[in-house]
Amino acid sequence: MSMNTVDKQTNKTNTIDLVNKNLAKRYRAEKRFKAYGIAAILFGLSCVVLLFTDIIGKGHSAFLQTYVYLEVEFDPESLEIDDISDPGQIARADYTGLIRTALREQFTDANGRRDRRSLYALVSNGAGFNLREKLEDDPTLLNQSVGVWLLADDDVDTYYKSRNDDGSEAFTGRLNEKQINWVETLIANEHLVKRFNTTFFSSGDSREPEQAGILGAMMGSLFTLLVTIALSFPIGIAAAVYLEEYAPKNKFTDFIEVNINNLAAVPSIIFGLLGLSIFIGFFEMHRSLPLVGGLVLTLMTLPTIIISSRAAIKSVPPSIRDAALGLGASKMQVVLHHVLPLAMPGMLTGAIIGFAQALGETAPLLMIGMVAFIVDIPGGVADPATALPVQIFLWSDSPERAFVERTSAAIMVLLAFLISMNTLAIWLRKRLERRW
Amino acid sequence: MSTSMLLLVGLLLIATAFFVGRNRSISVSANHGGIKNLNSLPSYYGALTALWCGIPSLIVLSLWVLFDDYFIQQSIIQMLPAAQQQLADNDMRLLLNTVGNIAASGTNGLNTEPYIIEAAARLNELNALSQNAITGLFILLAVALTFFAWLQIKPKLRARVQVERAFKGLLLLCASIAIFTTAGIVLSVLFESLKFFQSVPVTDFLFGMEWSPQMALRADQVGSSGAFGSIPLFAGTMLISLIAMLIAVPAGLMSAIYLSEYAAPKVRMAVKPMLEVLAGIPTVVYGFFAALTVAPFVRDTGGIFGLDVSSESALAAGLVMGVMIIPFVSSLSDDVINAVPQSLRDGSFGLGATKSETIKKVVIPAALPGIVGGVLLAVSRAIGETMIVVMAAGLAANLTANPLESVTTVTVQIVKLLIGDQEFNSPKTLSAFALGLMLFLITLILNYVALHVVKKYREQYE
Repeated sequence: MSMNTVDKQTNKTNTIDLVNKNLAKRYRAEKRFKAYGIAAILFGLSCVVLLFTDIIGKGHSAFLQTYVYLEVEFDPESLEIDDISDPGQIARADYTGLIRTALREQFTDANGRRDRRSLYALVSNGAGFNLREKLEDDPTLLNQSVGVWLLADDDVDTYYKSRNDDGSEAFTGRLNEKQINWVETLIANEHLVKRFNTTFFSSGDSREPEQAGILGAMMGSLFTLLVTIALSFPIGIAAAVYLEEYAPKNKFTDFIEVNINNLAAVPSIIFGLLGLSIFIGFFEMHRSLPLVGGLVLTLMTLPTIIISSRAAIKSVPPSIRDAALGLGASKMQVVLHHVLPLAMPGMLTGAIIGFAQALGETAPLLMIGMVAFIVDIPGGVADPATALPVQIFLWSDSPERAFVERTSAAIMVLLAFLISMNTLAIWLRKRLERRW
Repeated sequence: MSTSMLLLVGLLLIATAFFVGRNRSISVSANHGGIKNLNSLPSYYGALTALWCGIPSLIVLSLWVLFDDYFIQQSIIQMLPAAQQQLADNDMRLLLNTVGNIAASGTNGLNTEPYIIEAAARLNELNALSQNAITGLFILLAVALTFFAWLQIKPKLRARVQVERAFKGLLLLCASIAIFTTAGIVLSVLFESLKFFQSVPVTDFLFGMEWSPQMALRADQVGSSGAFGSIPLFAGTMLISLIAMLIAVPAGLMSAIYLSEYAAPKVRMAVKPMLEVLAGIPTVVYGFFAALTVAPFVRDTGGIFGLDVSSESALAAGLVMGVMIIPFVSSLSDDVINAVPQSLRDGSFGLGATKSETIKKVVIPAALPGIVGGVLLAVSRAIGETMIVVMAAGLAANLTANPLESVTTVTVQIVKLLIGDQEFNSPKTLSAFALGLMLFLITLILNYVALHVVKKYREQYE
């Protein structure tokens, strides 16, 4: 606005007065504009901080797990073991019964079926396996009374973790009055302890939060990613080499380029539909396999890898090619001996970023059935599996509060992987990339 | 041998063929005055032999693996009793599954019909036969062609030219995968959509105002006739995308402007990667954040002002999606702002304009096509975003413009229709593919326009 007034009235009044009159206003506008910019950046940064603090705040407690101390007597009669050398008998024995007896002995005020049931609910229903492992490791424990730390139920776990030291403001959840009293007794006797949660890293999925772990999902993600890497990296590089070094300028090449650019922006869920109807519908592959997931993610990451590889190949100066050709190298020798090695750091950087994207992708995997509830830990690309992001999606749907912290913890693990992959990519770029 | 074993053997054979070919060329050259009289380097003869060994046999192997199931299935169907051969598609699939399970487990279930046991035995037999046949064929082909190539090796053989031609062909094949992928997407969604449009008219789908994909199981059932009007879904998608863009465009654009025009290089170096962290976070994490933190916060805040906010409000999903897209908008705008020639800025400064006046009146207008292209790409991303809305938006199709209410989106419906048990070929399942087709077309048009605009803009300043 101010400039127009200046333009019109230059001859009549003194221009500099007009400029000076508006100057304060213009400077204020300048400051305001700059402040908007800073505000936008602060908003973005605070979102990053908020997201991370929220996830870490919710998830850090999942790395600890509450254990209950119990005096358990390995009573051969109730275990029905008469020959300790028979592994079948040890495997079949009823260890849950032992835990129940021990609980009843410790809390004699639990009378009646309902009370007892709530008493038994303090210990995880998977705790019997711990006892079995103990006995299998050391058969001499039979007939002895041993103090053991057993996995606590998720309600007790949540209560103990949310409880302040003076016992106030704890999250009770499904615990009833009596159970809370028992837990408080346990706490007073120091029979409740928080330890590092190894279950979380060493077991597969479970309906019981305290027994649920991410190992199965991590292995599933690993196998899926291996398939993706094995296919998309070589194919992506080959495609980029063709487009940069060989492709003639014609309609067909243009068509390939248009396709690649469009595919890079196609929503990931569409790739899931492709996988569902082509790989599963047409080729009749099985659902939930890391192999199929890897194929779908390969198609999804290929455009990204091709585009970044092309940029890396483009940055190799033509003089290198000319020199090699001048010395009598063939086209293929120029590419394999000179262009590719020089472009490799850039291509690796792009590829790693693409793989990180594939690792965090969820939607296409939902389409090809990698959302099944799978307890077993997959041992190969042809075993049904789920993936880490899908596991997060599955757990986030679970009503138990203990799953919220485990979901957040799984997110922390996933983010740790992604951040280290991206850091590796940045490091590679800084370390190996050559400036011409 | 299993297929993976065969692949391993194949690799070994290829490696052997390479050395056989290379050594052959050296020994042949000995009679013609040494290696220097060979047309190509010995390793090219090796590579040529390896190609002859590997490519045909691998092609045969993959074709076999793809189609042997089909032929075995057909011959199993042939041997079933006549009554079973007439079974409908779904029942036939079920029956074949049973046969497959019994064959794989090796045990007979209770009350299994004798013809099923017979079929299972036959299936095992055929599978073993097929496996043996391909093992023999694969190895025979590889060895025979290696021998053939070995015979061809003479000093005059132009091995290098042939290898390079094969190499180029391989590269072209890899580059063409992009075309195959696009074709695969189009065909897969198109065919299923056409099936869907046979039972639901296209006009009902495109212009219907009601979406409730539950189909009645029995004719006398009430209230679930199935309505497939996609308008509410697209309205919901647009509402959430609009909220997202209202967050992402100002924040992304302003931070790009600040970083490229105002910030000191050091600040830029530090802040840019930190903002880009937002782009690297998986969408499922945003979804979790939206559903468990932002949505309750929005609901409670609304409650303070006496507003009735749904706990799956469009606002919460849109806000988080906007945050997700900020780095996308900002890096695209950053590129186009940096592409504006410095001379334009200098001219404006020379006329006495302040920095913000230069940006508002010179830089942005000059960069506008590029920015518009970037925003269009961001819109296409928002429309196709899945996990955030699956976790934080609603399921019920409400036709509303109120951001505090729960709406559903196209992607949410696709996921909900295709997760879990599905009946094949029911309109309910097929409608997901019709939605996918629409989604693909919309994003395709947006991307095409955006890329075109950006390209035109780049050329302007090059």
